[in-house]
Amino acid sequence: MYDSGKVIVGLLIFAGIFLFPFIYQHGAPAKKPKPSLDTPAIKALPVKKCVEDTKFMITTHMQFLNHWRDQALREGNRWYVNKAGKKVWISLQNTCLKCHSNKKDFCDKCHNYAAVQPYCWDCHYDPNGSKL
Amino acid sequence: MITRIIVAFGAVVAIVVAALIGGSVPGLQPIFGVVLPYVAFAVFLVGFALKVVNWAKSPVPFRIPTTAGQEFSLPWIKWSKIENPSTTGGVIMRMFFEVCCFRSLFRNMRTDLRSGWLIHHPTKWLWLLALGFHYSFLIIALRHLRLFVQPVPGFVETLDAVDGMFQIGIPPIYLTDIIILLALTGLLIRRLFLPKMRFMSLVADYFPLFLILGIVITGLLMRFVYRVDITAVKALANGIASFHPVMPKGIGTIFFVHIALVSTLLAYFPFSKLMHMGGVFMSPTRNLANTNRMEYHENPWRKPPKFHSYEEYEDMYRDYMKEAGLPLERE
Repeated sequence: MYDSGKVIVGLLIFAGIFLFPFIYQHGAPAKKPKPSLDTPAIKALPVKKCVEDTKFMITTHMQFLNHWRDQALREGNRWYVNKAGKKVWISLQNTCLKCHSNKKDFCDKCHNYAAVQPYCWDCHYDPNGSKL
Repeated sequence: MITRIIVAFGAVVAIVVAALIGGSVPGLQPIFGVVLPYVAFAVFLVGFALKVVNWAKSPVPFRIPTTAGQEFSLPWIKWSKIENPSTTGGVIMRMFFEVCCFRSLFRNMRTDLRSGWLIHHPTKWLWLLALGFHYSFLIIALRHLRLFVQPVPGFVETLDAVDGMFQIGIPPIYLTDIIILLALTGLLIRRLFLPKMRFMSLVADYFPLFLILGIVITGLLMRFVYRVDITAVKALANGIASFHPVMPKGIGTIFFVHIALVSTLLAYFPFSKLMHMGGVFMSPTRNLANTNRMEYHENPWRKPPKFHSYEEYEDMYRDYMKEAGLPLERE
């Protein structure tokens, strides 16, 4: 091999860049977060159900909330009829956060894990005090 | 020529179909989600290194001066220090412009017949599309680190915020997603609709384009249309990065299509034209200073010639020479 010194240094840099996630994680997996449903309002519910089914809420809540925002603020329609035919008042603070009053142990858990910075809190505030 | 396009497109479709079927069978999910990425990544790393070592074994006896500037000469002749360097510093500058700014694509010329005149004019489209594509790909790859490592490094969060700074929709559309789609479409149109390009393009040219387009499209579909549980995806990716692979339940099939296409790209990489990633650093016309006239360059495969001296000759034919009565230096 010609210029083996330079080639080997180059290959080491290449390997270092591509193996960065493995080196950084050094064999210790992070714990998958479990958003907490332990709030007084949820405990008091007779049937523990969100506005739509759990799987939909887990994967699509952000698009759903965006849709709610448009409906409430741009179209002035504050009523949402869910798949089960139930009417729900469209409001982040008075509907969502009424049950999920634990932003820190609910919203932030997954958002921090997946490094998502939702801009909900640019306008809304968490009535239970955590960060504005 | 059209069969080349169909073969390349068909190969990508076949991978998508295989992953759609495999990803929807829970028993096969660990193979598509964990085994395939590991194997593909190993093939990529080892194949890449072997290819570079193989290139490094080829001797480069002569500095190839296919440069675009005046070489170092007499003091009153203007020397272009970066285009035709004769120093290591100059070579580093030339490599920087080549690797980071795609200097040789910027030099792209086109020859047209315009109202009876043959005109050579610069054309920057290829440079622009290539630059847009490569930088978007880099940023997208770096952004994906948020799914592999925990805690997420600050620069990844910053990239994410800058890339999504227009906050269009939720989840926000990334600028790089738009740029990479436009650039890839442009590069594909270039091959499909320019007659000369279509004539030259092979399956190996179309396949990576379709493959990367497939990766981008499945990624966008996953983000905006067929949503998947991102925490489950992170658990899987983080498991891979920490060598504690897990297979969380309930990840949509679209995810396995994305992974299968990315794994194909990784495994195909060392055997394809995509190796220009390593190759650009190994290009003799870019990484060697033009010192042909200043320094002595010995041919690296030159072996000392085998001489056959008169003494040896005489030893060989002594008996016959003696018989013929020829004079001998040694009896």
